[in-house]
Amino acid sequence: MTRPREPGAVVLEFRDVGKTFHAGKRAVVALRQVAFTLRPGGVTGLIGPDGAGKTTVMRLAAGLLAADAGQITVLGLDVARDALAVQAAIGYMPQRFGLYEDLTVQENLDLYADLQGVSHGERAQRYRELMHMTGLAPFTTRLAARLSGGMKQKLGLACTLVRAPRLLLLDEPTVGVDPVSRRELWRIIDRLVEQEGMSVLLSTAYLDEAERCGQVVLLHQGDVLQQGAPGALSERMAGRSYQVTAAGIKPRALQQRLAAAPGAIDAVIHGDGVRWVTDQPAPEGVLPPDARVTAAAPRFEDSFIALLQTLDGGRRIEGPMAGVAAAGVKAAPAAPVIEVRRAQRRFGDFYAVRDVSFDVAQGEVFGLLGANGAGKSTTFRMLCGLLPASAGSLRVAGVDLRHAAAAARARIGYMSQKFSLYGNLTVRQNLKFFSSAYNLTGKPREARIAWALEEFDLAAQAEAVSLDLPLGYKQRLALACALMHGPGILFLDEPTSGVDPLARREFWRRINRLAESGVTVMVTTHFMEEAEYCDRLAIMAAGEILALGAPAEIKARAASAANPTPSMEEAFIALIEAQPVEAA
Amino acid sequence: MFKRIIALAVKEFLALLKDKKSRFVIIVPPLVQLFVFSYAATYDLNRVPYAVYNEDRGVAARNLLAGFQGSKNFRRVARIDRSGQIAPLIDRKQVLLVVHIGPQFSRDLALGRPAPLQLLVDGRNSNTAMLTLNYARDIVDHFNRRWSAAHQLAPPPVRLDIRAWFNPNLVSRWFIVPGIVGLLTLVVAIMVTSLSVAREREQGTFDQLLVTPLRPTEILIGKALPGFLIGLFEASLIMMAAVFWFAIPMRGRLLVLYLGLALFLLSVVGVGLMISSLSVTQQQGLLGAFLFTVPAIILSGFATPIANMPRAVQYLTLLNPLRYFMVVLRGVFLEGAPFSQLAHQLWPMALIGVTSLMLAGWLFRHRMY
Amino acid sequence: MTTSAARGGWRMRLRGLIRKEFRQIVRDPSSIAIAFLMPVALLLLFGYGISLDAEEVPVALVAPQPSAASASFTSAFYGSRYFAPRPMPDMAAAEAALMAGRVDGIIRLQGNFARRLEGGGSAPVQVIVNGVDANNARMISGYVQSTWANWLAQRAQAAGGELDMPVQVEPRIWFNGEMRSRNFLVPGLIAVIMTLIGALLTALVMAREWERGTMEALMVTPVAIREILLGKLIPYFVLGTGGMLLAVGMAVFLFDVPLRGSLWVLLICSSLFLLAALGMGLLISTIARNQFVAGQVAIIATFLPAFILSGFIFDIGSMPWALRGITHLIAARYFVAILQTVFLAGDVWPVILPNALALLLMAALFFGLVRRNSRKRLE
Repeated sequence: MTRPREPGAVVLEFRDVGKTFHAGKRAVVALRQVAFTLRPGGVTGLIGPDGAGKTTVMRLAAGLLAADAGQITVLGLDVARDALAVQAAIGYMPQRFGLYEDLTVQENLDLYADLQGVSHGERAQRYRELMHMTGLAPFTTRLAARLSGGMKQKLGLACTLVRAPRLLLLDEPTVGVDPVSRRELWRIIDRLVEQEGMSVLLSTAYLDEAERCGQVVLLHQGDVLQQGAPGALSERMAGRSYQVTAAGIKPRALQQRLAAAPGAIDAVIHGDGVRWVTDQPAPEGVLPPDARVTAAAPRFEDSFIALLQTLDGGRRIEGPMAGVAAAGVKAAPAAPVIEVRRAQRRFGDFYAVRDVSFDVAQGEVFGLLGANGAGKSTTFRMLCGLLPASAGSLRVAGVDLRHAAAAARARIGYMSQKFSLYGNLTVRQNLKFFSSAYNLTGKPREARIAWALEEFDLAAQAEAVSLDLPLGYKQRLALACALMHGPGILFLDEPTSGVDPLARREFWRRINRLAESGVTVMVTTHFMEEAEYCDRLAIMAAGEILALGAPAEIKARAASAANPTPSMEEAFIALIEAQPVEAA
Repeated sequence: MFKRIIALAVKEFLALLKDKKSRFVIIVPPLVQLFVFSYAATYDLNRVPYAVYNEDRGVAARNLLAGFQGSKNFRRVARIDRSGQIAPLIDRKQVLLVVHIGPQFSRDLALGRPAPLQLLVDGRNSNTAMLTLNYARDIVDHFNRRWSAAHQLAPPPVRLDIRAWFNPNLVSRWFIVPGIVGLLTLVVAIMVTSLSVAREREQGTFDQLLVTPLRPTEILIGKALPGFLIGLFEASLIMMAAVFWFAIPMRGRLLVLYLGLALFLLSVVGVGLMISSLSVTQQQGLLGAFLFTVPAIILSGFATPIANMPRAVQYLTLLNPLRYFMVVLRGVFLEGAPFSQLAHQLWPMALIGVTSLMLAGWLFRHRMY
Repeated sequence: MTTSAARGGWRMRLRGLIRKEFRQIVRDPSSIAIAFLMPVALLLLFGYGISLDAEEVPVALVAPQPSAASASFTSAFYGSRYFAPRPMPDMAAAEAALMAGRVDGIIRLQGNFARRLEGGGSAPVQVIVNGVDANNARMISGYVQSTWANWLAQRAQAAGGELDMPVQVEPRIWFNGEMRSRNFLVPGLIAVIMTLIGALLTALVMAREWERGTMEALMVTPVAIREILLGKLIPYFVLGTGGMLLAVGMAVFLFDVPLRGSLWVLLICSSLFLLAALGMGLLISTIARNQFVAGQVAIIATFLPAFILSGFIFDIGSMPWALRGITHLIAARYFVAILQTVFLAGDVWPVILPNALALLLMAALFFGLVRRNSRKRLE
C-alpha cells in the first residue's frame, strides 16, 4: 500500500474551532476556540468531564459535524472541504461501537470491509490479523448482540481497523467495560501504535487512563484547559500528595475529616488509608494523633481535580445529613436489614443471577461490583420488588419480598440507572410528584420539598426543566426524590456513571453522611475505585458472587508476591482471571 | 390514596401537555382531520359527469334531458353522436354515465308504447354506479309521472311512496360526521395512552414508580385519567363542531351521549393501557396501537355496515368498542334514542373497559423483560 | 490508497449495504411479517369485512288484510336475495322494530290494497327506510324500487300485455355487471394496505440506524449518502414487491376480482407506487430520526388519508374543490384509479399514463426531498 507523502508532521490540527448547537431558541456552546495538534504516532488522550465537548471534537475531526468557526486539518486535508477523503483515510469508533447487533461478528467485518473498499484478496490476511489481535477468532459466527461488552468493543475496534487507518479516533471506548477488557483494549492500542505506526486520539472519562497516553488534551466546558504530557501535568502537584493512614479511625471518617481540612484539594480512600492532596499538609487539629502521613507520587487525577476545583469553586458538605432515617438508628445493628439467601433469577434458560447470598447490616454501605451483565442490576431489581426471584429468598427490612413487597417498598428509596426522572417536568414538579407518591401532604410535604431543594443545592434550579440539567444536578435530584420519604434503606443503581469526578466525590460525601445517619445504603458501580467507599462489597461475574467482604479483605485475597498491595482494580482482574474462560 | 392518584394524574398531564410538540400532536391533527374527513367522506354524489347520446330529435327527448340538466347531481360534459364515442369516454373515466336515447324514442312515446332509455354506467366503483343509477331513475320516474298525468295514462297498479326516517334527505354527512366523532376520539385516546407505560419503561421511570407505595390500581387510575379527560375534552370539541358547524341534528339527550362517551373512553383507555403495559419499547406500543386502531375503524360500521360482513367477521366486531359507540352516536344524534334503547350498546363497552383495565393493571407488575 | 479508488468502489459498498440489510431482515422477522403477513391478514379481514352489498336486509312487512293480491306483491320480496322480510301485525310493532334497529325498513300495504288493485286503480305502498346510514338507505330504497318494477313487469306479462311505463330504463353496468362491491373495494384495499406497509417498512429503518448509533459509524466510512439510501431502498423494494404480488394474487384467486388489463402494466404501476410509498416512509424516517416521532407521523400521514381521501371508497369527484386539491397529494389516489381500471376495465392508457406519471413524480419528489434532507452530517 502506498501512502501519500506526509504533509508536515501533524496528523490532526484544530485551529480555533468553535461549535454551537441550537435546540429551539436555546443555543448551547459546545466548543470555544479549541486549538490543539496531534503529532504522528502515539496515543493522545482527550480528557474531560461529562459535557466538556469530547464527542463534539471527535465528530468534528471525523467530518460528521461542520465547525462554525476555525479550521480542522486531518492528514493534510481540510475536513470541511474534503470530508469524504478524510473519512476514507481515518478510522472512527463511535461511543456505542457502531455495530449491527443482529449481524454476526464475521458479517459485521464483511460489511465494513465492503464499505472501506478492502479487496477480497487482502481480506483473508487482514481478518486473520484482526481476529488474532482481538481474540475474537472463536466467535466469528456469533451475533454481535450476544457478545459481552468487552467483546463488542473489540469487535467495534476491529471493524474500524479493516483497512488500517493512519489516524484512529476512539470516542470513550472504555465506558461500561470491565477492567479486564479495558486492559486488553489498551494492549491492542499500544500494539497498533508500535507496530503499525498509527496515531490515536482517544477520549475518556477515566482519569487513570490519561496516564497511559503520550499526550493529553484537557477539555472543560468547551475550552481546552491544557495540553501536554500527563507526567508534566501531574508534576505540578508534586509535594502536595500524601497517603494518610490512621489505625483508630475508619478510612471513611478519616477521609471526611481530611477533605474538610483547610487547604485540602482532594481526599479519596486509597488502599487502607486516604490519599490526600492538600496545600497545607499539617493543619491544626485535623489529623488524628496516631496518623501517619507519607508523601505520595502525584497522579494525573490530582492535578485534574485541582484544576476543576479552581474552575468550579469547590463546595464543602459535612456532618450527618439532617432529616433522614430517624427511624432506624436505634435498632440493634446486629440484625441484618437485607438478607439474600440463594437467590436465583432465570430468563428462559439464561441465569442472570445464580445462587447469590449475602447480608447487609443496618447503616452499612454495601457495594455490588461487576461488569455490565454480571447480574448486579437484576439482583437490585429483585431486592426492590421489581422482579420476582425464580428461587431463593430475599428479605428487606425484615419483610419477605415474596409475600409483602408493598410493605417493604414504603421503607426503601430507589435510584435507578440513568437517574430516571420525568424529563419534561421541572425540578420542583418532580419533587412534588414523588413526595405525593410517598404519601406526604400539606405542610410536611412543603417542608420536605424545601429541605430537598436546600440540602441538594437545587434551589436555584427549582423551576428548571430537569431534562436540561447537567448530569450532576440530575443525579442530585434523583437522590433527593429517592429520599423524599426518609427511607431506612437506599438502593443506588450505578449512581455515578457518566458523572464527572468532582460530582462523584460530592455524591459519595453525601452517601457517607447518609450512612452516618443510620441509613443502609446498597450501591452498584463499575468504578473500581468507588468500591473503596463501601464498608463491604460483593464482586459479581456471570450472575455469581466471586468474592464478598470488606475492601481490604478482597484486596488481600488478590495479593501475590509480585503485587503485595493490589488496587481494587487489580484485585478485580485477578479474581476474574481466576475464573474458567468462557467457552466458544 | 386519593391524593396520590391526583398527584400521578397531574404529573401525567404535565408530561403530556408541557411539551409544545406533543400538545400540538394531540390537539391539532384531530381537529384538522375532523374538517377534512367530514367534507371528504361522503357517499352523496354531486356533479356526476355524464354524456348525452341523443339520436332522437323529438320534444319528449329534450324534456327528459332537461330533467338531467336541471339536477344538481349531474353535470353534462359531452354530447356525442356516434356509438363509437361511448367507450372511450367511459373507459377514460371522463363520464360515469352515458344517457342514450334511441331514434324511436319520441315516436314510441307518442304511440303509447314503452320507450326504452339506455343508461350506460361505469361500474368500476359499484357503489357510485348504483347511486348514479338511482339518481337517474328518480329523474325518469319524475318524467314518467308528468307524462302520464299529461296524457291521461293509467297509473301503475301499485305505486311506491318511499320515505326515509331520521334523515329525510338522506344526507350522508349526517351519518358520517357522528362516525368521525367516534373515530377521532378513538385515535386521540389511543395515542395518549398506548405509549404512556412503554415510554416510562424505556426511560426507567416506571421502576421508580413501582418502588413507591403506589398500588397498581392507583397507577392504573392515574394513568387512565389523562387519556380519559383529554378524550372527553376533545370529543366535546368535535361534537360541538358537528352540531354548530356541520349542522348535524342533536335529537337525543346529551346525558345519554356522555354516558356512552364515558364508557367508550373507559374501554379505549383500557385497551390502550393494556397495549402499553404489554410492550417493552415505545416501538412495540406504537405497532400495537396501530394493529388495534386500523381494524377497529374498518370493522366499526363507520364506512360500511356491519350487517354486510360475513358472520365470522361480525362476531369479531363484538370485541370492538367503536362498534358500540357508533350506534350510540348515531342513535343519539339522529334518532334521539333513549337510554333504554341503547343499554345493549353500553354494557359491552363497560365490560371491555373493566376487563382490559384489570388486565393492564396486572401486567404492570407481571410484564417483565 | 487514493480518494478516487475509494469512490470507485461503490458497487462493492452498495452490495455490502444491501447484503447487510437483507441479513437484518432475515434476523428480525418483524419486517417480513409487515411485508407478507400484514397484507394477507388485512386483505382477508377487510376484503371480507368491507362490503357495501346489502343482502337479506331485514324489513318489516305490514299487511293488515292479507289477500291473494297482497301475497303476490309480498312474495316478490320474499323471493329476493336482498330482503329478509319479517311480517308484523301492525305499524306500531314495525316502528318499534325500526327504532330498535331490528329492521332497516318498513313496507306497509294499505288495508284496501286488494280492492284498489283489482279496481284498476293505483294502490299506494308506503316504504319507510332508516335514513341514519344514508348510503345504506339509498341502496335499500333502490332494491325496493327494482323489486317493485320487476313485479310490475311480471304482472303485465302474465296479463299478456306490456307494462304501462312511458319511459323504461334499461341500465347497462359496464365492467362490473353484477355490481359486486368487492370488485372495486379489493383493488382499492391493495392501495391502502400497501401505503401502510410501504411507510411502516421504511419509516423506522433510518430512524433505527440513528438511534442505535450505527449511522454514525456508517458515515465515517467512504460510503456516499446516495449509497446508504439505495442500500435501504432496494431491499425494502424487493420485500414490498413480494407483498404486493401476494395481495394481487389474493385479489384474483381468492376474491375472484377479474384482472382484465395486463399483468405487466399492473406490475410496473405497482412498482411506481411502491417507490412513492417507500419514499414517503424514508422521508418521514429521515426527518424524524427518532422511531417514536416517525411512527406517529406514519400513522397520521398514511392510513386515514389513504382510507378516506384516495377515492377508494368515497368518490373524489363529489368532494369540495379544496379537498379535491388535497387528494392530489395522496399517492394512493393515483394508484386506486390505476388498480380499479386495470383490474376491471383493462389497459386504458388515457387513465393509466397520467396516473402513472403522477406516481413517478411523487416518487421523484420524495426521493429528492430525502436526498436533500440527508447529508453526511450529524446535525
